[in-house]
Amino acid sequence: MIEIEHVTKRYGEKVAVDDLSFVVRPGIVTGFLGPNGAGKSTTMRMILGLDEPTTGTVRVNGRAYRDLEAPLHEIGAMLEARAIHTGRSAFHHLLAMAQTHGIGRARVDEVIDLVGLGSVARKRAGGFSMGMGQRLGIASALLADPRTVILDEPVNGLDPEGILWIRNLLKRLAAEGRTVFLSSHLMSEMALTAEHLIIVGRGRLIADTTVEEVVAQASADGVVRVRSPAAASLRDTLVGQAGVTVASPERDLLEVRGVAAGRIGELAALQGVALYELTPVRASLEDAYMRLTGDAVEYRTGERPATAVDARVEVAA
Amino acid sequence: MSTAAPTAPAVVARTGGRVTQANVVRSEWTKLWSLRSTRWSLAVAVVAMIGLAVGISAVQMSRWASTSAQDKAVYDSIDVGVGGYHLAQLAIGVLGVLAISGEYATGMIRSSFMAVPKRLPVLWAKLAVYCSVVFALMLVATFVAFFATQAIVAGHHVQHGIGDPHALRAVVGTALFLTVLGALGLGLGALVRNTAGGIAAFVGLLFVLPGITALLPHSTADAVNPYLPLNAGFTITTSTFEDSHHLSTFGGFAVFCAYTLIVIVVASVRLVRRDA
Repeated sequence: MIEIEHVTKRYGEKVAVDDLSFVVRPGIVTGFLGPNGAGKSTTMRMILGLDEPTTGTVRVNGRAYRDLEAPLHEIGAMLEARAIHTGRSAFHHLLAMAQTHGIGRARVDEVIDLVGLGSVARKRAGGFSMGMGQRLGIASALLADPRTVILDEPVNGLDPEGILWIRNLLKRLAAEGRTVFLSSHLMSEMALTAEHLIIVGRGRLIADTTVEEVVAQASADGVVRVRSPAAASLRDTLVGQAGVTVASPERDLLEVRGVAAGRIGELAALQGVALYELTPVRASLEDAYMRLTGDAVEYRTGERPATAVDARVEVAA
Repeated sequence: MSTAAPTAPAVVARTGGRVTQANVVRSEWTKLWSLRSTRWSLAVAVVAMIGLAVGISAVQMSRWASTSAQDKAVYDSIDVGVGGYHLAQLAIGVLGVLAISGEYATGMIRSSFMAVPKRLPVLWAKLAVYCSVVFALMLVATFVAFFATQAIVAGHHVQHGIGDPHALRAVVGTALFLTVLGALGLGLGALVRNTAGGIAAFVGLLFVLPGITALLPHSTADAVNPYLPLNAGFTITTSTFEDSHHLSTFGGFAVFCAYTLIVIVVASVRLVRRDA
């Protein structure tokens, strides 16, 4: 259990985290989502006792991280920024970490095998690729077999194979009943692994919710896609209904808002209009996320961030 | 989506215990010896200690016949025997800075503080491990340098035994001086948290400051010089500083230790308070 209570962190003039409160509950994967610069890493650093909150309290299993007697057994963390001496081998890095808690060599070899670094464990970590560095970070996090695992942007900069590896690892950690707190700026990653979501923007809490709720909310004003050879006449019928808007991106295609798919089918049947397609388009998580954080993106290009048009994941309901 | 039910965790810590100072010392021992810079710097220090004394003695003895009576009169084989510290001190000090600044440079400090969130045990362990290693190594190296030097100069009957006045004190004192110097480097590294800055502070404090006081009026410089860190520290390493320009043998060393202590205390306060 990680409890964040009214935490604010200022670096000089800049407010990195602004009165943030949330709880990471045990036994589930909680996603920590927000645009770059939203304060995710800062929050994680405060959980781990690296940065002190300007105001507010952070507790890990009921205590401040600094008061934990064996912190690595309670929380294993991989921060986004590398936290490994580049001149030291993976083995010696892990051994030095293990020794602080009196953990033996056998466990060091075990985590090295677990993350598949056996062949390079004696080489200097400075020569590691991004993916190897990430695996070493994971090995450090799992070293003391912690009940809670914190991972900051674990898939950032990884190749597809590495991303798949992380995903499988997260599923396994969750299946083992561990608490996993995972940050990302990619909603799509979260959809695959997280159950609960903490969404932040500009250091403030935007949503504390479940993945399902986010999707459900986003789908409430969802779109129904209708393909019909008589699109034009169907359109006229639909526009007559209260609260319905219709777009027609192609000649025989309608995108209808404000009315359920079933009702469109009935109307079409009454008119004797043939339908080739009638699809409720469930809003993608990315869509929902963009809508939630649209105002909270700190670094923005001239136009609004691209919404789902080009990256939509369609899920038939 | 995870399908794991939020039940009690199935995983329990299987191995290991709590963070203790002894555990942190073991960890720092591993950290120190698993870096190439350690082995290189310490090798340089040992070679400097022995090589400088042997080299200078050999050259001096080969020219002994043509050496002036005045030079012969002030020749001191104890000072030559332990004199390698003039070179070794740079390696020891810089490695001391690196022992902690290297962790800040690479981000390793975050791993260190995640494992030991109280932080101070890390600093104490670093000091304990580094000082022990430097003292043990430099004590052996200084003894070797001393006896090698005496063997070389024995042919001209200017050798000293270890039982002669000041000899043992100078040998052990040199190892002690380098040990405290290493602690000073480590303290500066912890204070500045940056390799370039730490080395600059180390070099500035020890080697640049004397150049600056040389610009002062003589009376002021004479009053200040004995208290400069290096001038104070040197008193324990030499048999011949028994003049008004230097503090007493142990008084000077105490001043040097005091400077080091101040740096370490300030560094430790910052270490606990600042974000890592």
